[in-house]
Amino acid sequence: MTSYLESSARMRVNALLDANTFTEFLPPSKRVTSPHLAVLNTPVSFDDGVVIGEGKLRGKSVMIASQEGAFMGGAVGEVHGAKLVGLLKRAAQDRAYAVLLLLETGGVRLHEANAGLIAVSEVMRALLDSRAAGIPVVVLIGGSNGCFGGMGIVARCANAIVMSEEGRLAMSGPEVIETANGVEEFDSRDRALVWRTTGGKHRYLQGDCDKVVSDDINAFRNAAVDAIETCYKVQISLTLSALLDEQQMLEQRISQFGTETEPLNIWARLGVPDPAAVSMMEAESFMQMATTATRPTRSAS
Amino acid sequence: MNWQALTAELFPQGHTITERELFLSGTGTVDGKIVTVIGTTGHAAIGVEIALAQAKSVLHTVQHFPARPIVILVDTQGQRLRFRDEMLGINSYMAHLGKSLDLARRLGHRIIGLVYDQALSGGFITSGLMADACYALPDATIRVMGLPAMARITKVPEAMLTALAETNPVFAPGAENYLRMGGIEAIWEHDLATNLARAIDGAGDADRRAESGLARGGRMMTKRVIETILGATAADSHVCTT
Repeated sequence: MTSYLESSARMRVNALLDANTFTEFLPPSKRVTSPHLAVLNTPVSFDDGVVIGEGKLRGKSVMIASQEGAFMGGAVGEVHGAKLVGLLKRAAQDRAYAVLLLLETGGVRLHEANAGLIAVSEVMRALLDSRAAGIPVVVLIGGSNGCFGGMGIVARCANAIVMSEEGRLAMSGPEVIETANGVEEFDSRDRALVWRTTGGKHRYLQGDCDKVVSDDINAFRNAAVDAIETCYKVQISLTLSALLDEQQMLEQRISQFGTETEPLNIWARLGVPDPAAVSMMEAESFMQMATTATRPTRSAS
Repeated sequence: MNWQALTAELFPQGHTITERELFLSGTGTVDGKIVTVIGTTGHAAIGVEIALAQAKSVLHTVQHFPARPIVILVDTQGQRLRFRDEMLGINSYMAHLGKSLDLARRLGHRIIGLVYDQALSGGFITSGLMADACYALPDATIRVMGLPAMARITKVPEAMLTALAETNPVFAPGAENYLRMGGIEAIWEHDLATNLARAIDGAGDADRRAESGLARGGRMMTKRVIETILGATAADSHVCTT
């Protein structure tokens, strides 16, 4: 077993794909770095914090991107964003079987904020272009930086999301909310609260994530294979009916849980027998337990 | 400019736009044709409700009015920074809005964004930035966050950021900088109705922001990186065997 959480972006890619099949595009040796960091006396990274390329997953050709949380928290700058866009476009050009996005990011890189913001929206457009071209996009989240900001939105534009329980998915980080509205609003140091609000299990029970796996690259690999197969069976591109279903699910969420202030209560109302025990459950027994809950069905949106 | 004055100028042939809790919706007439209008006012913080309400208008238009253009009027302080919104999964609500606009575009609806006051990060990314083309008024403020907050987070002294902001479009707020980087198609100085009609006529579904950013000298790397990846062969890549 190899921990996904403790692996680097490049290690994740190599362990996730079939052995010795990864070819990197714009590898560090090409020195394609951010042009905006030097003026701020900030060091660059030779891959701008994201590894992209192609390889095989169970023998099928896939495009893969993996953000490196150790470089600026995986934040998206101009080059980093353009690499993601290029990869998604390449997937359509080469008719890849699927795109895997291993997201670990705080969102827009503030050092090049304007370029980063536009880049994230370009990634969103390119991701939806890939889906429209019939190529499924699957997002994996299990790094220590979570998946936040605009990239939290990008994740929910994909066909499927696989998370470990350590993975977190949200928009504004707890620190940002605490800074804006005080510690009474969101205590960012209350780790248990942060996890049950943004962690994989909450997102799964809520219907924002398709599978929770243990912190093991092989478990992510198997879940990615299954998720892609499901996409081909159901629907890859956006449809009006899927979005109308999603509209209804999101409306219901507000009407059912809009006055709740504690995720544990939401889980109880979804039929989780012992919400307090959820945080200690292994991924597998959690998934088994969750089949008894009345979890909202994800549409093919 | 307040939204009433704005919409009077944008739609001299009439409109039905109303405001409900900072959310704008209705229709307007452009060159004799009806367009759907959605948007926000009062520097609205975009929470789950307002994101969903905008998406609902878009999907309603797709469902009942094929190919009717959609105009998004942007004035936002960004996403709502509350525990409740995060607990409910605000990113899913934002994504839902973005996907609804994307579907509309693919089904032949032209989508025009207009930043008429303020646009910030999360509130902008699934509205104006998801349009076929986004425009701005000259006084519009567009940014990810203010320089003091940026200084705190990036640990770069504020004085240095302020000095650099004079010349560097990459982190200085302002519509002009987004124009140079391709995020804004053009700034509308006057004659808003004519500009809007022209924008709807000229809109297309391809994302041309990387080209514009390069042509205008604001984002020199994006297009090159994308093209290199599209043309990448074994010579540009290396096979990793570890």
